[in-house]
Amino acid sequence: METLAQQLILGVTNGMVFALIALGYTMVYGILELINFAHGDLFMLGSFLALTLIKVFDLPTASSATLLFALPTIAVVCAVFGGGLNWSVDRLVYKPLRNAPKLAPLVSAIGVSFIFQNLGLFWGGLPLFGSAKDASAQKDVPALISNVNLLGEGSHLRITTKDLMVIASSVIVMVALYVLVRHTRLGKAMRATAQNPAAARLMGIDVDRVIGATFVIGGGLAGIASVIYALYINTVHYQAGFQNGLYAFTAAVLGGIGNIPGAVLGALVIGVVRALSSQYIGAQWEPAVVFGMLILLLVFRPAGLLGSHVREKV
Amino acid sequence: MSEPNDRQVARRGPRSRTTTVALLVLAVVVLCVYPHFPFVDRLFEAIGHPILLDRKLVSIFIFGILALALNVQVGYAGLQQLGIAAFFGIGAYTTGILTVEKYPFHAGFWGALVAAPVCAAIAGLAIGAPTLRLRGDYFAIVTLGFGEVVRTIILNLEGITDGPRGLNPIPDPWLPPAVAESSADPARVKYLALYYIAFVLLVGLAIVFRNLERTRLGRALVALREDELATACMGINPVRIKLVALAVGAGLAGLAGALYSTTLTTTAEPSTYDFNYSIMVLCCLIIGGVGSLRGAILGAVVLFGFDNIVSPLITELLQPFAAASSGNVFLQFNNWRWIIFGLALVLMMRFRPEGLWPSSRMKAELHHEDEGPLSKVGP
Repeated sequence: METLAQQLILGVTNGMVFALIALGYTMVYGILELINFAHGDLFMLGSFLALTLIKVFDLPTASSATLLFALPTIAVVCAVFGGGLNWSVDRLVYKPLRNAPKLAPLVSAIGVSFIFQNLGLFWGGLPLFGSAKDASAQKDVPALISNVNLLGEGSHLRITTKDLMVIASSVIVMVALYVLVRHTRLGKAMRATAQNPAAARLMGIDVDRVIGATFVIGGGLAGIASVIYALYINTVHYQAGFQNGLYAFTAAVLGGIGNIPGAVLGALVIGVVRALSSQYIGAQWEPAVVFGMLILLLVFRPAGLLGSHVREKV
Repeated sequence: MSEPNDRQVARRGPRSRTTTVALLVLAVVVLCVYPHFPFVDRLFEAIGHPILLDRKLVSIFIFGILALALNVQVGYAGLQQLGIAAFFGIGAYTTGILTVEKYPFHAGFWGALVAAPVCAAIAGLAIGAPTLRLRGDYFAIVTLGFGEVVRTIILNLEGITDGPRGLNPIPDPWLPPAVAESSADPARVKYLALYYIAFVLLVGLAIVFRNLERTRLGRALVALREDELATACMGINPVRIKLVALAVGAGLAGLAGALYSTTLTTTAEPSTYDFNYSIMVLCCLIIGGVGSLRGAILGAVVLFGFDNIVSPLITELLQPFAAASSGNVFLQFNNWRWIIFGLALVLMMRFRPEGLWPSSRMKAELHHEDEGPLSKVGP
């Protein structure tokens, strides 16, 4: 019973990080019907930036008051970085392909993903991270947030400050996103564009700006997620974007792609399923369980958990 | 109708057509005799940088078969398939299970060459039948997920697949005594046999597909890629045609897997058959031209040639500089691999979406500014 509860906590915490990445996938897909394969790698580059900032400002030696100020600042910097990078990629790569067949932007996104991964490899080769020879090695992030059990060391159940940090910061970001999408002019324009770009344009919405804003927001979320991930998992690796991106994307599909609450729900489900399957079946079977579940879900409920059935766009 | 239609406009003049055919025939003839006169290899050996092209050609042929397999699914039927490596792996492991010492089957290479495509095609039907009705992107995710599931299963069913070690040794193909005793060196005989088997299969498949494009099934496939709704209205069952394409493509990928594992004498480690491999095969099509037979083969040659011949050669030439800088990441050419592939994909999509050597139909389609009134309607 305690094992189960423990795995649920682990699953929810991991799920929160996936949710922040999944939101970027689902928002872009909702508007452009583009699977942005580079999104996971954008997240990875963000985590490298976070680690670089932590090293440059020598945060492991800083006092906890400084940390309280520095970590949110790093999150903001990474969010700006992620948003800016995502926006530039859209302008340079995807925008000229808006009217091309659907395979073209998908393939370009795969190309951008390759480029990002390679940049991550080079980033890891900077002198800052030690010898350039192990550029491809996993980089350790110093433990800045306490991993002490809040329920007391004797307790069987483990909830740490780190877990709370992940959950609290993700929830704050998600609420902010919800308010943005539901209650602002930009949010309304985004929803309208997702429903019908042509009609939105006729209503005077600058669709290009809305698409740009979507990329900025999605990239910003990935940037914040990358800081949270680096502080939570304590490692950074140039291939981490692929695996996490894949799970996050699966989460977006699971919840019903294009659906914002669906992405969060899907991510929590993925997080919990992963945790439970590695506990009860074996960690090595995790991908098979997650993707097997995804295939079964798509067969029986093609629109995802929360998605409504969308008419095929002719 | 006095206006020329798109196909007539797009079709090139008879002279360039003759040139193309002549070039293809020349290529086939050169490749037929190449193992006996490896002139390119002699040249590179002479300058002190052997590239072993004669060995690598076998792998290029196998990679070409794989590209043709994916072309049936992506190029003809328009399926968004992101998991071809799974079927390739199923073919390789079927071969492994049917031929290695450990199992009682001992079917040998020729048995496996028949069984591997069948098993892979059955796997294709099994995954396709329930999921082909899904929308394009969802199908892409299903195939991606299927690829990951297959890889995980192969990796973890250690009792059957020997896990990360792979099944080996896979025996050499049985050959008629007259052939087998033609040379004193059994390795040479095996190499020649596999070279010609892979080559004949590749050329044979290319000819079959070339003719398939003119048949009822071929036209139905292309119609499906162009407009599923209109095709269905013409009385063609889209799901059935897609299922045929998926099974044929999967079967051919299985065939490539059988050849691949026999060449290596092992099924290789399961991580060979991962998502990146699927994407590499997709890249062949993109670079050569989606839906174009010659493009698929050209793509396989370009991609494999770059990865396994040009890149090691450049690495070797840069070796003195890399050694001097004690392993600087930027000076190792290998490390630029993904940036080069990524840029190639992005630039191709932007400036030449039809690929390096497209079929005239795809070219006409992609350079057609206005696709007609229907494509602009709808969200």
